[in-house]
Amino acid sequence: MSMRASAAVRNRYKDDSRSEQEPLDVSVVPAEVVPGAARADGSRSVQTEAGARAVADLGPRARLWPALGAVYRAQLSRARVARIPLLFVATFQSVGIMVLMRGVVDGGGEARAVVAGSSVLVVAFVALNLLAQYFGQLRASGGLDHYATLPVPPAAVVLGAAAAYASFTVPGTLVTAVVGSVLFQLPLTHLWILVAVIPLAGAALAGLGAALGLLAPRPELATLLGQLGMSAALLLGVLPPDRLPTVVQWARDLLPSTYGVEALGLTFGPDPDWGVVLLDLAVCAGVGVASLAVATWAYRRAAVR
Amino acid sequence: MRGMRRSGCLPASERVGGAGLASTRAQVGRDGQGGDVVCAVRDLTKTYPAVRGRRNAPGTPEVRATDGVRIDIRRGEIFGLLGPNGAGKTTLVRQLTGLMRPDRGSVEILGHDIVRHPERAARILAYLGQESTALDELTVSLAAETTGRLRGLDARTARAERDAVLEELGLTALAARPLKKLSGGQRRLACFATALVGERPFLVLDEPTTGMDPVARRAVWGAVDRRRAEHATTVLLVTHNVIEAETVLDRVAVLDRGRVIACDTPAGLKEQVAGEVRLELVWRERAPLDVPEVAALRDRAVESGRRWSLRLSPEEARAAVAAVTGGAAFAALDDFTLATPSLEDVYLALGGSAGSVRGLVKA
Repeated sequence: MSMRASAAVRNRYKDDSRSEQEPLDVSVVPAEVVPGAARADGSRSVQTEAGARAVADLGPRARLWPALGAVYRAQLSRARVARIPLLFVATFQSVGIMVLMRGVVDGGGEARAVVAGSSVLVVAFVALNLLAQYFGQLRASGGLDHYATLPVPPAAVVLGAAAAYASFTVPGTLVTAVVGSVLFQLPLTHLWILVAVIPLAGAALAGLGAALGLLAPRPELATLLGQLGMSAALLLGVLPPDRLPTVVQWARDLLPSTYGVEALGLTFGPDPDWGVVLLDLAVCAGVGVASLAVATWAYRRAAVR
Repeated sequence: MRGMRRSGCLPASERVGGAGLASTRAQVGRDGQGGDVVCAVRDLTKTYPAVRGRRNAPGTPEVRATDGVRIDIRRGEIFGLLGPNGAGKTTLVRQLTGLMRPDRGSVEILGHDIVRHPERAARILAYLGQESTALDELTVSLAAETTGRLRGLDARTARAERDAVLEELGLTALAARPLKKLSGGQRRLACFATALVGERPFLVLDEPTTGMDPVARRAVWGAVDRRRAEHATTVLLVTHNVIEAETVLDRVAVLDRGRVIACDTPAGLKEQVAGEVRLELVWRERAPLDVPEVAALRDRAVESGRRWSLRLSPEEARAAVAAVTGGAAFAALDDFTLATPSLEDVYLALGGSAGSVRGLVKA
């Protein structure tokens, strides 16, 4: 038998002209010469059954909150390496816009709109634009595989990254709001509202950014969409709404950052209508929940192809 | 009759080569009652659809990235996937790790159906991919700790395992450095460390030692061996590196165009071409084709520039050496080597050298 086998081996290597499509058989001995129990099919099924019997325990699953915390912490630490210059850029951009607009607007409602718009612009820059770029690149380079082969809930990855990017915006937004209030002589009394505005507008914009980044078929497109989103937040948020054409005002109503701007702008007034502020913030929260849900779905979709 | 095609790799019990009947029976007995197959792949097929050409880019035809692959990986072994670029190694691994759904076929790892429940893969195996973008801006320490946390460890255990693994791999001194700032080999080692935090019974490593120096390589294989000895950890290794494959692998499946064209121990594979030796000839400028013996050799040589590579029987090799070292050919000869076959020769002998692909080693 071994002679037959070795002859078969020799034949296979001699015949170099063999077509590539021809079935290759790894075992060189016909199955029928292998005795009883060793028959290929027989032992295979034994093994499969044995394998099915011996189902191994699964490793632990990472639970949502600890995993979210771990992702958040890791993302936050990236700021130290990569993000600080960009945070400065975001802040300077907003402060610069306010300085420019000082010559154009003459206090009152318009000044409030400019300060509120510039403050929320920082959130749009970081949470929407930078997060869209980050997820776009991560997806294109195969970096999502790392998370996808860990037993971590998709929501933990998306929410952790979104929360970290929203956190990056805190210093810039604070600085912009304070500088703007001083510049336009607005009261600092109700700036505490930022405690609600930053996370809620942050959730809405970061969710949008994450969804754009994960859904864009190419990373350049993710960058483009992020930039466009930020430009929209800039034009529609900072420019006082009364001067805009009706169509643009509709577009403004569609942008989630608008509601953050409105909420913040109202609190600069002498007697803010807290009901409306609350409503605006509720819209932010609603958009945040929806966009983060979409982003989580997009992550799932991007992770397993 | 696609079902009839076998493109597979089964344990020794089903492969009867030159080993002889007695040892085959022994193998069958062991495997039959052990049921020790950790990862069983059956008829795994994945086809990438054809891409239609655009104005400036030509289209690509439909590609069958894995084609009826069948593999059995046993507990505690280091099983290798060897093949040139584009052979389907990474596609296969992505299907085993639940990252990609096959068109057809089954994957069973430790009794779990990965095709039906891809999310379970993350709970039984650790995967080291080729990309580190998710970790690049983290420090080595935080990358390892975070990965441990995401593998379901609590904070204290994750920190303890992180410290142990970094110490084991000699990375403690680099713990505070971001991965981005490390050299290629060090970064790879740090990524390998993240794969070890949070013990898993099955490790899937896609070219783990790329760019590593010998010290780092030894750290990797030392760590793998310890886990094999202590926990019977199974390793699936994707590699380009034939020399590494020969030294570390227990068994190896050779992939070509999405199909398993051979599967055995490295020594077993080499036995298949044991009757042959490899003769390398390097000419000073060009081959002296006016010498009839040299002209006769040309048909059997794989040429690359001044270099000819030939697989010959020992007698033929002796005659060829005599021909080129004596007479007119010797003046044109720069260097020659005679060597016993390597896994690369096996690959070439199996018909893996399809057109442009000359061998396994990445250029």
